[in-house]
Amino acid sequence: MSDKKDVAIAVKNVHKDFVLPQNKNSSFKQAAVNIVRQNNKTTQHVLNGVSFDIHKGDFFGIVGRNGSGKSTLLKILAGVYSPTQGEVQVNGGITPFIELGVGFNPELSGRDNVFLNGALLGYNRKQVSKMYQEIVEFAELEQFMDQKLKNYSSGMQVRLAFSIAIMARNDILIFDEVLAVGDEAFQAKCMDVFEKYKASGQTVVLVTHDMASVKRFCNRAVFIEDGDVKGLGDPRKIADEYSKSNREVIERNLKNSNESQEVHEQTHLKAVIAKSPLSKRHVYRYGESMKIDIDLSSFPKDAKIESVGVNIFKTSGEHVTGENSRYEIKSPIDLTDTSRLSLEYTLNIKPAKYSLYIEAFKKEGVQAEAISKGFEFIVAQDDDISWSGLVELPHKWRKVK
Amino acid sequence: MKYLHSRNRAILREMISTDFKIRYQGSVLGYFWSLLKPLLLFAILYIIFTYIVPIGKDIEHYPVILLLGVVLWSFFSEVTTVGAGSIVASGDLIRKISIPRYLVVLASSFSAFINLLLSLIVVFTFCLFNGLFPHLSWLLLIPIVLELFAFAVGIAFFLATANVKYRDITYIWEVFLQGGFYASAIIFPISLVPADLRIWFFLNPVVQIIQDARYALVPVEGNVTIWQLVEPWFMKLIPFMIIIAVCVAGGVYFKRRSKYFAEDI
Repeated sequence: MSDKKDVAIAVKNVHKDFVLPQNKNSSFKQAAVNIVRQNNKTTQHVLNGVSFDIHKGDFFGIVGRNGSGKSTLLKILAGVYSPTQGEVQVNGGITPFIELGVGFNPELSGRDNVFLNGALLGYNRKQVSKMYQEIVEFAELEQFMDQKLKNYSSGMQVRLAFSIAIMARNDILIFDEVLAVGDEAFQAKCMDVFEKYKASGQTVVLVTHDMASVKRFCNRAVFIEDGDVKGLGDPRKIADEYSKSNREVIERNLKNSNESQEVHEQTHLKAVIAKSPLSKRHVYRYGESMKIDIDLSSFPKDAKIESVGVNIFKTSGEHVTGENSRYEIKSPIDLTDTSRLSLEYTLNIKPAKYSLYIEAFKKEGVQAEAISKGFEFIVAQDDDISWSGLVELPHKWRKVK
Repeated sequence: MKYLHSRNRAILREMISTDFKIRYQGSVLGYFWSLLKPLLLFAILYIIFTYIVPIGKDIEHYPVILLLGVVLWSFFSEVTTVGAGSIVASGDLIRKISIPRYLVVLASSFSAFINLLLSLIVVFTFCLFNGLFPHLSWLLLIPIVLELFAFAVGIAFFLATANVKYRDITYIWEVFLQGGFYASAIIFPISLVPADLRIWFFLNPVVQIIQDARYALVPVEGNVTIWQLVEPWFMKLIPFMIIIAVCVAGGVYFKRRSKYFAEDI
């Protein structure tokens, strides 16, 4: 492969464990209690032997889902954490930052923050003064530099932080999720900066969820999953692998949610709502049908259940509609030959969030049981809706001469 | 190595200046509080111990002796208290940047040091009003203050480290300082302590330091220093050995644990 001199960062069999006390010993009392009880600890293995090299001049991507261990890896690279086992060799200076705007002080002016942050990057006052103008111009914050940082919008803060960060002239730069912030115009600027880095052969480590930029900038990448290296090398392959693994997770989640229809139970009354066949969740399209099964089999056979009512409320409280079984199904309901009632709605209602209220009556007006909480669904916004108001009533237009 | 050095100096400088810019933000009197705080404490103590419990009445230059004690003690207590909490207070920085951790503790102690210099100006002004005029022996204050600084910083390193794991430390230290205030002969001159008890007081390096400082400014009989104690001779070394031991222990403990600050905070 490459000779030793070309390696910027060598990650060798890095393990990182976190010992998580069940109750953190943050006081003597707890410490004393824990000494007596002992071993109230669990060890979490965050990285299980990660190895790879980053070469000089690499634009190196690190991808992985949240919780995969990539942030821990990054902290080890930057020297914030030390590995439990294994080692990281860094040849040359590395940005000590793993996040933009760390060390910003909200009580200081933008100007003072530039000097403070500059110092953390390794510059003294004189050096920062020289690049001050450039930083301010890049951040487009000329008029705001004497205001306190706490009065900046979050976008402004990020712009300032990034503008300082790119002044770093370390051998190795680390950027964590910088592309996720800022508006489009600013992102375009970031991209330009990255292009420049790439052209000039600057060693950059980029952590991102954005596979498009991995493919665009990186020449090598690593895919971390569950604390292991899942893939290493060609960024296109890595990006595809990552996207594929992400899709699998999403599908698995959907499948899971599909399997469980939502069930709500009282002592006897039980209702099952089948999820939307389209979205596999409680999100329905306008006009789609929603089926509610009301299971009465838990009631004793001789219980006099007069009727069942189903109501739809908007979550803001308005009563949209209510149905009672008594008008269509013989009352009282003969529980010896009926175990379930099924109701199907056509959701011709305004896109919004709704909740269901289901009740069983002993006799008119006297409730036996009710299910009132947790049954929510959403009718999704649809561009094709040709009416306004809360509901679309069955209707017909006719021309009359 | 030289690059590293200058880089850390820049960080230290910015941290101290940040601390100073923020400290009195929003207060009308601003930095004057640095001078006012010890002065007000002094005024209270002076009134109590000159008029109500008149132990200071017959002591030569009692105001200077009292003020100097208050100023040095405030410095010691500020360095140790702020230092003890410094690592935890900069948790965000520690978790996300790999700057040398000792800079955080040092920055907090240097801010207190600058405060002390301001307060000493008040002390000198007091001296002039009290009929004490600049003398060569005043220069002795420089090594004396440095000794106190070293002692306080050593303690700060130790406490800051322990505080990461046991947050009780800051509270315990507060109580400890309350007791220390009386054990350090701030409000009364050590000459009021019976001679055979005095030796126990001098086990406390702060007593040795404050008495030396008082003697440097007010070289009178009443200001007993450790150097006047004849027996046992090795007694004179004990405060210095304690300081060295505290600094070494604090430094080693800090160095050993600082790798894990980011995950322990």
